Amino acid sequence: MAMAAEDIETLIKAAIPDAEVTIRDLAGDGDHYAARVISRSFEGMSRIRQHQAVYSALGGRVGGELHALQLETAVPTEMTSD
Amino acid sequence: MTDARSRIDEIVKNNEIVLFMKGTSLFPQCGFSSRAVAILERLGASYETVDVLQDPEIRQAIKEYSDWPTVPQLYVKGEFVGGSDIMMEMFESGELQQLVGTEA
Repeated sequence: MAMAAEDIETLIKAAIPDAEVTIRDLAGDGDHYAARVISRSFEGMSRIRQHQAVYSALGGRVGGELHALQLETAVPTEMTSD
Repeated sequence: MTDARSRIDEIVKNNEIVLFMKGTSLFPQCGFSSRAVAILERLGASYETVDVLQDPEIRQAIKEYSDWPTVPQLYVKGEFVGGSDIMMEMFESGELQQLVGTEA
């Protein structure tokens, strides 16, 4: 029931084309990953909505096929405004 | 299933801070739940926990309730806040302290 890091990246990019995706395999077991996803499309979205967008890109695999995905989302730094 | 949903609704509305998790605050059964509990302990706020492993209906319904695929899930003042990653980000930025009213 494991997934390859490249598959995760491919799925995220298919749904969020401009996403800059960094995946780390946390336990080396193909089942516990950390992902950092940076996209302009996150601009103006709450953190919950940003994470939901990534979960939705992964089509219901998180919590099932993909046991654990530690997730960090952000908009590109040049777009953040205070 | 609607029954489980209304039970969740009750829990969320009747507890200012509630964490749906795997296991208990003393014995978390998953690393993410353990991290969520550690953050709440650091906040020093009083909170309730619901062990979804003890209640398969809640375990399923909570995902639909928040449209969020994983547990733990934190609710503060009736609102879904996020999972352990969001809790950690908000703790580090001080937003979580602000939200639960334990600002130093």
